[in-house]
This record gives sequence, C-alpha cells and structure tokens, in this order.
Amino acid sequence: MSSVAVSNKKGFGATLWDYLTTVDHKKLGVMYLFAGTLFFAIAGFEALLMRIQLMIPNNDFVSAGTFNELLTMHGTTMLFLAATPLLFGFMNAIVPLQIGARDVAFPFLNSLGFWLFFLGAIFLHLSFFLGGAPDAGWTNYASLALYSPGHGIDFYVLGLQISGAGTLISGINFIVTIITMRAPGMTFMRMPLFTWTTLISSTLILFAFPPLTVGLFFMLVDRMFGANFFDHTMGGNTIIWEHLFWIFGHPEVYILVLPAFGLFSEIIPVFARKRLFGYSSMVFATILIGFLGFMVWAHHMFTTGLGATANAIFAVATMAIAVPTGMKVFNWIMTIWGGSVKVTVPMLYALGFIPSFVAGGVTGVMQAAAPLDYQLHDSYFIVAHFHYVIVGGIVTAIFGSMHFYWPIMFNRALNEKLGVLTFWIFFIGFHLTFFLQHFLGLMGMPRRVFTFQADQGWDLFNFISSIGAIMMAIGVVLLVINIIITAKSKPLNCRDYWGDGRSLEWAIKTPVPFYNFKQTPLIRGFDPYWLEKHDGNKEGMIYAEPLGDIHMPNNSILPLVMSIGTFIAAFGALYHPDGVAWSIPVIIIGLGITVASMILRSVKDDLGYHVHVEEVIATEEHLYGKGGNK
Amino acid sequence: MEHTKFTPQTWPDKAEQATMEGRNKFVGIWIFICSDITLFASVFATYLSLKDKGPAGMEFSAAELFELPLAFVMTMLLLTSSLTSVYAMYHLKNHNFKGVQIWMSITVLLGLGFLALEIYEFYHYVHIGFGYTQSAFSSAFFTLVGTHGLHVVIGLVWIVCLIVRNAKRGLNLYNAPKYYAASIFWHFIDVVWVFIFTVVYLMGVLG
Repeated sequence: MSSVAVSNKKGFGATLWDYLTTVDHKKLGVMYLFAGTLFFAIAGFEALLMRIQLMIPNNDFVSAGTFNELLTMHGTTMLFLAATPLLFGFMNAIVPLQIGARDVAFPFLNSLGFWLFFLGAIFLHLSFFLGGAPDAGWTNYASLALYSPGHGIDFYVLGLQISGAGTLISGINFIVTIITMRAPGMTFMRMPLFTWTTLISSTLILFAFPPLTVGLFFMLVDRMFGANFFDHTMGGNTIIWEHLFWIFGHPEVYILVLPAFGLFSEIIPVFARKRLFGYSSMVFATILIGFLGFMVWAHHMFTTGLGATANAIFAVATMAIAVPTGMKVFNWIMTIWGGSVKVTVPMLYALGFIPSFVAGGVTGVMQAAAPLDYQLHDSYFIVAHFHYVIVGGIVTAIFGSMHFYWPIMFNRALNEKLGVLTFWIFFIGFHLTFFLQHFLGLMGMPRRVFTFQADQGWDLFNFISSIGAIMMAIGVVLLVINIIITAKSKPLNCRDYWGDGRSLEWAIKTPVPFYNFKQTPLIRGFDPYWLEKHDGNKEGMIYAEPLGDIHMPNNSILPLVMSIGTFIAAFGALYHPDGVAWSIPVIIIGLGITVASMILRSVKDDLGYHVHVEEVIATEEHLYGKGGNK
Repeated sequence: MEHTKFTPQTWPDKAEQATMEGRNKFVGIWIFICSDITLFASVFATYLSLKDKGPAGMEFSAAELFELPLAFVMTMLLLTSSLTSVYAMYHLKNHNFKGVQIWMSITVLLGLGFLALEIYEFYHYVHIGFGYTQSAFSSAFFTLVGTHGLHVVIGLVWIVCLIVRNAKRGLNLYNAPKYYAASIFWHFIDVVWVFIFTVVYLMGVLG
C-alpha cells in the first residue's frame, strides 16, 4: 500500500482496477459526476426527440408507442439517474473537505452505493434492447403500469429498486459522516450551507426512499409473482401506488433542490465577496422545507378524489412551503446586495437561477390552490412548472457548480469564455422551451400527448419550444466540449482558485492528496478559510493535531460483486412471468452472490492501513514540490 | 486496536463507541433503523387498507383466520430473545466474552424457535388455501409478516456470523460495536413484532 501514494504512472489495467475497487470519496465523486453526465446526455437526447416530434402538428417522426417510452425514460432517467448522481458527485467530492474529514463514515458503503446506482441504471437502460422501455410515465401509475405488455415496466421496477437501494445507502452514509466526522470546532452552526443541505436532503432520502422501495416491491410481485396489491378484482387498490409513489416523489423534489440551494449558497457569497446573509435563517429554512416536504404529497393527487377536506389541508401545507423558500431567495438577494460582485460563470448561473426558480415557485403556489389545479392538472402548465424548478433550480446549480468546483475536483479550470457562451445559449434556450409551455397548458394542451391537430393556436408555441430545446442541446454539447478541452489544459496546482473562497474546501491545495488534510484542521468559526486569510495565516488553516500517521480504509472489489449479484437476480425476476425454467435458479444464484459477499465482508477483518509520516511528507513534496512551490 | 488485550478493569465504559469506527457504526445503525421504520410504516398502512379485501365472496377474514395462542407463543419467544440479548450486552460492558457468546447463542435459539413457528403458520395458511396470490388481503398479510420474518432471518445470520467468527479471539474494540449494532437491530425487530401482534393478530381477532 505504501507506494501507491507516490507512484502516479500506472497502466490502464491498474487504473481501471483502482476505479473499480476505490473507496476514496473524491474518486467516487468523479465517478458519480461522469455517470450522471452520461445519463443526463441520454435523457436529454430523449427530450430532444420528443421536441422534434412535437415541433409541427400531425408529425410522425416517432410513433405513439415510442413517444410513451421516451417520455417515461426521460423523466425517470433525469430524476433518478442524472440529477441525483450529479448532486451526489458534488456531495462526495466536497462535503468531507468542507467538514475537515479524511473520508466519509463508511467508505465501503459509499462504493456500494455507487455501484448499486450504476448497475441499476444500466439495467433500466437495457430495456431499450430487450423488448421495449417502460411506457407508463415516470410516475408509473398502477392502473396503467399493471397492464402494460412486455417487460418495460419490469425493467423500471427492478432497475429503480436496485439504484434506489444505492441512493438510500449513500444517504445514510452522508448523515453519519456529517454527524460524527466533523473536525474539531466545526459545530453544527458553523457548517457551510452545502453541508447543511446535504444533511437535510440525506434525511429526506432516509424517509422518502423506503416508501418507494415498498411501492416498487408491490408492483414487482403484482406483475411478476401474481400478488394482488393493485388488482381491484382481487380486492387490491391502485390508489395505494399513488400514495406510496408521491410520499416518495414529493420529497424527492426537495432531495434534489436542497443541495442545489446549498451549492448556490456557496457560490453567491464567494463572488459577492460578502458573508452569506442570514446564515441561521438559511439553516432554519432548509430544515423547515425538509419537514414540510413530507406533508404535501397529496397535492399531486387533488383530482384523484380524496375529498375537499384532504385537498384543503394539503393545499394550505403546500402554500406554507413558499415561506421558507422565500426566506432563502431574499437571503441570496441580500447577500448580493451591496457586495462587490464578480460575474464569473458560476455567478452567472446563480444570477440566472434566482428569477427562473422564483418563476417555477410561483407557478407551484398557483397549483397549490386545489380548484385551480383541477384546470391545470395534466396540462403543459405542469410541464412548464416543474421544468422551471428542475432546470432553473437544479440544472443551473449543477452546471454552475461544475465550473465552481472543477479546480478542486480535477485540478483544472473550465474555460470561462466558453462557459459564458454556454450559459447564454442554454439559458435562453431554456426559457424559450418552457416559458411558452405555460400558455400551451392554459390553452388546453394536455401533457404526454405524442402529437396534436393543427390550427388550435398551439402550432407556433410548440415550434418555438422545440427551437429552444435544440438550443439547450447545443449548450450541453458546448459544456461537454469545454470539459474535453479542459482535460488537456495545464494543471493548476494552486489553492483557492477563485481568490475569494470562504469555506474549508478552498484552504486545501490542489491536487487534493488521497488522505485530504495532512493534519486535521481546527475550526475557529463560520467561513474558517476566510477567517484564517483575514488573520494573515499563509497556510490557510490551523491544525488540531501534530503531523502523524494517517489511518485510511482499504480498497475493495466486494461492492461491485454485491451489485452484480443483484443485477443477475433482477434478470431472473424479470423473466419469471414468461414461465422460463431458469428464472428462480437465477434469482437464487444472484442473491447468493450478494449474500455471500456480505458474509465475506462481515467475517473478514478490514482494519484499513496507516500512511506513515515520511510517506505523507514525500507525497506532499511530490504534489506541491519542496516548500510547496511547484 | 484489534491486538490490544483488555481486562475488565481496562475495558472502556462505552466500548462500542470507543473508536471512531465504533461510533460510526453506532450512529449508522440508528439512522438505518429510522429508514426501516418508514419501510414498515408503509407496509403497515397498506395492510390496514387491504385487510379483509379480496375477490367477491372471499371466504377468509382476519377474524376467522388468526389464532391468538400461536401468536402469543411467538411473541413470548421473541420478547424473551430481546431480553437475552440485553444480558449479552450487559456482559459486553463487563468484558465477559463467554457471557456474551452464551447469551447471544440463546438469543439465536429463541429466534429460531420463533422462525419455526412462523414457517409453520405460513404453511398452515397456504395449506387451507390462503396462499400469497389468493387475494389482496393475503398478499398484504404475507408481505407484512414476511418482511418481518426476513428481518429475523437477517438478524439470525448476522448474529451467528459474529458468534462463529469471534469464537476464538475474544472481545476487542473492533468487534464490540458489531455485537452492539446487532443487538440494537434485534431489539428493533422485536419492537416491530409488537406492532404486528397488535395490528395483525389482536385487531384481526377483534374483527
């Protein structure tokens, strides 16, 4: 183990093996980021195909059946397999640095969470090649999904079951990390906002994913093993799916948007060059949004017929969420207000985010009024609303943070000029696509239709919307080009790339050594790096311990093996309803592999290893040169 | 830390949280239980909404199907096993490894007894025609009680692995948190059963 730290030239096989077995939060963060980008591109391509189909009336670019598969896979992939892993990428890469930790609490589980997510995602996407993708919408309502022919829905259920388990595991890991692994002095009320939102959104994962697991399990046994949860002729009830799905589905929105809020709360103070306005109220608002997020799921079901009383309660609870969210928006504005603003690419995304997200929030409050929702339900107004929230809130956060954190994650900076161009093309394309969809909805165009008749007043708006979608696609291609160009650029080897970093992650020099901080830092207050800079501390931090041996976790291939086991078992379950003889044996073999690896993990001691002081010094000299001046 | 030998005098007060790994495991198992509670809550809610629901003219109902004597014996076995795992933790605190192993083994035996009765109960229901696919009620019942049964199996495999793996090397700061986490998980299984006993069997018999 000792030579790993210093040697940096490795063959392809060794590098691959390193990534397959790694438990390093920084490498897993990079893997999450690239896996998320891959699925983001796939789902974006699906969206583009849909917009081309809807560009002109009576189009026959794709068939109605294909359109259903596209809209289902677009929604499912974007939420579960693109936005979630992209945010997990930042959480993994940044949160341990922000709290001054060596790694996450359970590095092994971190790796397991990634591989479960990734293999679940691959499994879901195999559906395209094995008889058709799921086609019942990302909400997969049981009354529709139960009777969908072929294996599409089975892929959805099993793929999400596997990747959902990975997400839950990662969520638990982040909670424990933030509770137990904070550096001395890093009290809860000194934690950066991104760490706070990671904590709260992980807590939401903790309570939101089990209902989804249960719902997916019901769907699985109903479709594949003859159970009757949703079959009304056998006493079942399809509304149970709607409840379970939305008890998960609404918090899922906050699971994604809270870390996005956190990222902007990091970006804005750095470039406004002011302390974050109203830190405690930001924390309070985050917790309140997380809490209220669980009280509002039935606002997706106003038209299901729960009755006036239930609708009224959920309507009021939904409107209440606007209060803490509004607090956040005003705090961001007050942070910018009077600041000496430096408009870099991340700041551009932040400035674009505020009005876009507010627009999405306001239409959300409109829909919270249950009587109005009867008009808006299942129309393009809804599509416009949630894309304003998701693209305007989450995607801008992800793109902005890519620029913001690229120096820490890759020791290189994304190109600013290309970044500005990307921002404008993407941002204008985004508003072009979705702004007019509000009006399409109000004019009565239903969502999830594969074509429409001409001369209903919808033609022009749909055409413009499709042009906007093409612009968004160009923006994403430019971002990918930027990433490729940057990969060939010179390494930065610097600290605090933006010059105005405030929290602890900026105090560490890039490239970040595999053990993070050579000594655990001592935190003296909120914005610790800014405090130290202010006091003229050249090193950027003071330390809580002398330089000593560092304890690190061992790499392991077992997380991948466990995930492959569930992947194999899923194939057995998938083909069970076809009556093939091998389905049950395959399930047993797959789960056997998983259980055997778990037992192996349990009985084999994994004590980690120590990096000795001399190796730490050698590594630091290798990375930064003697005296830190490379 | 694996090789440090302890005596009851040098054994730390909260051995399960004496190391950072131990503290992480301790917090982690509690956080995991939070999510497991949500999982069971979802299944309970589904069971309550599908209780006695089935195809027209279904002959099975909770009031006729469930019998309290068997459920009572199962409850007693599981509650006692929770108590014996507390004894094991008592010995863990005093660094008495033999006591830990013996009481954990008794816990496993009681758990196996519970599991045997549950298998018998399921076999009996399937035998009289109340199979998993018979109705929404049967699906919900078997899923709820079966999910708990699966947790019992996982708990038993876990504890047996711990007993066998550590038989020769005694108690140290590396395996103490593992025993402790397994015991917390076992208590949780027990608490869930109390709710199953109440919601499924007691409320079922009352109609």
